[in-house]
Amino acid sequence: MFDVIIVGAGPAGMTAAIYARRASKSVLVLEAKSYGGQIINTPDIENYPVEAHISGFDFATKLYEQAKGLGAEFKFEKAVGLRDENGVKTVVTTKNEYEAKTVILATGSENRKLGVEGEDALVGRGISYCATCDGAFFRKKTVAVVGGGNTALEDALYLADLAEKVYLIHRRDTFRGEDATVQKLAARENVEFVYNSTVTALHAEKRLNAIDVTNKDGSVRTIEVKGLFVAVGRIPENQNFASLVELDPAGYAVAGEDCRTKTPGVFVAGDNRTKNVRQLVTAAADGAVAATAAIAAIADF
Amino acid sequence: MSVIEVTSANFKSEVLESDKPVLVDFNAAWCGPCRMLKPMLDEVAAERDDVKVVSINIDDEDELAEDFDVSAIPCLVLVKNGKEANRSVGLIPKDEILSFIEG
Ligand SMILES: Cc1cc2nc3c(=O)[nH]c(=O)nc-3n(C[C@H](O)[C@H](O)[C@H](O)COP(=O)(O)OP(=O)(O)OC[C@H]3O[C@@H](n4cnc5c(N)ncnc54)[C@H](O)[C@@H]3O)c2cc1C
Repeated sequence: MFDVIIVGAGPAGMTAAIYARRASKSVLVLEAKSYGGQIINTPDIENYPVEAHISGFDFATKLYEQAKGLGAEFKFEKAVGLRDENGVKTVVTTKNEYEAKTVILATGSENRKLGVEGEDALVGRGISYCATCDGAFFRKKTVAVVGGGNTALEDALYLADLAEKVYLIHRRDTFRGEDATVQKLAARENVEFVYNSTVTALHAEKRLNAIDVTNKDGSVRTIEVKGLFVAVGRIPENQNFASLVELDPAGYAVAGEDCRTKTPGVFVAGDNRTKNVRQLVTAAADGAVAATAAIAAIADF
Repeated sequence: MSVIEVTSANFKSEVLESDKPVLVDFNAAWCGPCRMLKPMLDEVAAERDDVKVVSINIDDEDELAEDFDVSAIPCLVLVKNGKEANRSVGLIPKDEILSFIEG
């Protein structure tokens, strides 16, 4: 039996691993994809204390080496279930089951999809969830961005420098994102705002050619685009653990700054927890808090 | 074997005319998930004699990327007898790479 099983090798999970190993607890980290979490998508981090610039890849790799160097064990298996039997926690993965005295859920979040038919098949054939990652494929082409928050606005601005034309599609008539960015976009000749509208169909042969956009008034407009950048937020990855952890309506695990859930010995850390600021530094902070609480719980086990 | 760098110059001989299935990795130096995938592809190349693993840098070889309709990376394409047999976009763990080449 492990002292601590950590689900998710993002910044929160790997920080928790560091704290738990420094307290000499046995640690298993389970990761569905690759260590690092969301941050590996960004070429440059500018707001993490101490390093003025570091790539997401380097950040993730250094953190992984630090946790591994301290003796944390990593297995690349997706956790699909969690049980609690008289305090003994069992994490079920796609391949095995592992027992632990405590569990820290640090599963972060995933890109929210549009939910339009054919979307999955067109990912990488016109549909993307990351403008800075894939924008370069759309130089001098026409693209659309969907969303109303800062990510959507910043994506549109980034793409306006590359693409021939950018449609910004938003379901309301005002943006949640910063007004200064909206003003910058309004000043761009190649950006067109499409308000009160949602994407309702995708037209593709081998790759995306056009989208149908339906207005609140019921009218439908077909827009020719080669790229569709989806920036409608992120969703937490907590569904598999809902029997032991309370979730809010948006799917976030309900827990305060102490990272405790309704189940003793089960903690949540990072972006999947209810909180206001979802950043590296807050994910790392949660990792430390959750691991410290887990260490205390092990002493009472 | 190790991963072979492919450009438009050797694309035909290394990929289209290969007698083994070819796992093509479209990537770029600035792409974090591509860099995460790379060591796993190195392992697959070393462990498996029945597939050839090749890497195509989309910044240098934009025409090859265009020919394959690649619009997001990392993008893995399995080419069998000169034809696309499977495709996967985004970072996947090694187990999934191994099942991807079966498909
Ligand atoms: C493009 C981009 C740029 C960003 N830039 C910055 C920045 O400059 N500065 C900053 O502070 N923040 C930035 N952020 C936010 C930051 O990346 C997140 O706040 C942080 O990564 C959250 O860490 P986490 O460990 O909670 O979750 P995540 O990073 O989401 O990691 C969760 C991990 O858990 C794994 N996982 C999920 N479910 C399971 C399961 N069932 N079983 C096993 N493993 C599972 C996932 O594969 C993932 O590796 C950025 C985010 C993005 C997307």
